[in-house]
Amino acid sequence: MSALTIKGLCKSFGGLHVTTNVDLNVEPGERRLIIGPNGAGKTTLFNLITGELTPDSGSIELLGQDITHVPSRRRAHLGMARTYQIITLFARDTIIHNVTLALLGLSPSRWNPLIDLRRQGHFVENAQKALEQVGLGHIANRPLAQTSYGERRRVEIAMALTQNPKVLLLDEPFAGLSIDERRDVHQLLLAIPRDVTIVMIEHNMDVALEFAERITLLHFGEVIVEGNRAEVVADPRTREVYLGH
Amino acid sequence: MSGRYFALGIAIVALATLPNWMTGVYYINVASQILFYAVFALGLNVLVGYAGLVSLGHAGLFGVTAYATGYMLQLGYGHPIAILVALIVSLFAMAIYAALSLRSTGIGFIMITLALGEILWGLAYRWISLTGGDNGLSLQTRPEPFGYSLSDANAFYYATLVVFFLSLGAITIFVHSPLGAALKGTRDQPRRMNALGYHVWAIRFIACLFSGLLTAVSAILFVYYTQFISPQTLALTSSAEVLLMVISGGAGTLLGPIFGAGLVVVVKTVVSGFIERWNFLLGAIFVAIVILMPEGLVPGSVRLWRLAWRKRERAAKVVSGGAEAKP
Repeated sequence: MSALTIKGLCKSFGGLHVTTNVDLNVEPGERRLIIGPNGAGKTTLFNLITGELTPDSGSIELLGQDITHVPSRRRAHLGMARTYQIITLFARDTIIHNVTLALLGLSPSRWNPLIDLRRQGHFVENAQKALEQVGLGHIANRPLAQTSYGERRRVEIAMALTQNPKVLLLDEPFAGLSIDERRDVHQLLLAIPRDVTIVMIEHNMDVALEFAERITLLHFGEVIVEGNRAEVVADPRTREVYLGH
Repeated sequence: MSGRYFALGIAIVALATLPNWMTGVYYINVASQILFYAVFALGLNVLVGYAGLVSLGHAGLFGVTAYATGYMLQLGYGHPIAILVALIVSLFAMAIYAALSLRSTGIGFIMITLALGEILWGLAYRWISLTGGDNGLSLQTRPEPFGYSLSDANAFYYATLVVFFLSLGAITIFVHSPLGAALKGTRDQPRRMNALGYHVWAIRFIACLFSGLLTAVSAILFVYYTQFISPQTLALTSSAEVLLMVISGGAGTLLGPIFGAGLVVVVKTVVSGFIERWNFLLGAIFVAIVILMPEGLVPGSVRLWRLAWRKRERAAKVVSGGAEAKP
């Protein structure tokens, strides 16, 4: 059984075909990199997988279960988590509250209007643990507004990881990071256990190529090349549309 | 922190003993008005402040409750039944309101609530067999909970105070609960909340019902206070007035709407006795608030206070530093 199976996925906005007949099969534990020039439909593909967009046709399966028509929020409960290319966090709150919201999202007590959230020890502990994991434990109670861009990227990852996803979708986790920060996030991603399947969009080829086992190249919404690292890098079409000469 | 509890204690004592030190029935009635308008503003604040959904139709809901109470009493039912039916009718009306207006957010939400409020206002005017049209409905008596008659101003004040504290307690618990945190999350990042597994629509719907409940509670106090309800109560200006209470006091804070209600009611009832153009004054105050503290009176004052405090501390440091440098 595959972690993620996509068959014949199509999506167009008016006359613009953003996703054309995409097939994708990601095995459990795999590290998959999706590359492609700007406008290739990479983030749209993520939005289709997470359910933020509805496909025009085709199907999506998560761990063998058809989720094509499952609402986005249910997919989180089925074991799918994502990070955003444009950082999407709760800017008025502290770092730990951001992570707590991620934990709460999968807990039945998210409907509870009577208990005091600040006194729910297990949320606080687990959120703290997730922040230690990404190296932010020491500033857990800092307001998000007072954090650096690199720290926010790590909060994004902590929020996704704390939901214990089976499939993790990372949308440009290295975007906008300095070389040092990039190395930290890279270490962090390498430490994610193998029972988590990772699909990543990334432009930073040095870190991304090292991380990925299989690579899919998208161009104008179509899968052009797919294979392992060496195959895709050596493929003349990759050089033509993406890597350049 | 202890300073905050101290201030809260003083406020509670002051409110509980108000009829003893406030002379004149008139001012006690003004205090009652502030309290039930504060409950109304707290209710609207659930949507405006915590859900990020601005409603311009809450006066319509307020009116539904008031008319339902008046109509049930006119049919000859007792106060408990009238109040219960009014609450149920209001929640039902709010559910319809929410189902229609939650199809959008932002400007769309404002416009739909505005339209619904106007429809209810029109109904109150035209459905004469039910509402009495322009003449409105009069209530003959106030209720007598546990044998205490509320016909006297002091007794009514205390009843309002109890309801006010219960409402404030309820909203305080809600805001600090997981559901309250989720609601604030849907205000700031609805897309992310959805991806994290939250049912954004359902959370907003529940917030609407809670807001509607507080609105209904305040409307019942209002209708028993004035013992009269007419279409004017449902007008757009009433909706705007409550919204101004919330925004001027500080949307998304617990105390803001209370201070906002105090400000509006005092200018409208007390100051209007001295200044004929009190609307002009109210407008000027709002402009001043928007310019000086756009976040509202309560958070704005806290900010200015902290600023002044820091300045003083810095000045003290400079003085002591200068003294050290001298020898």
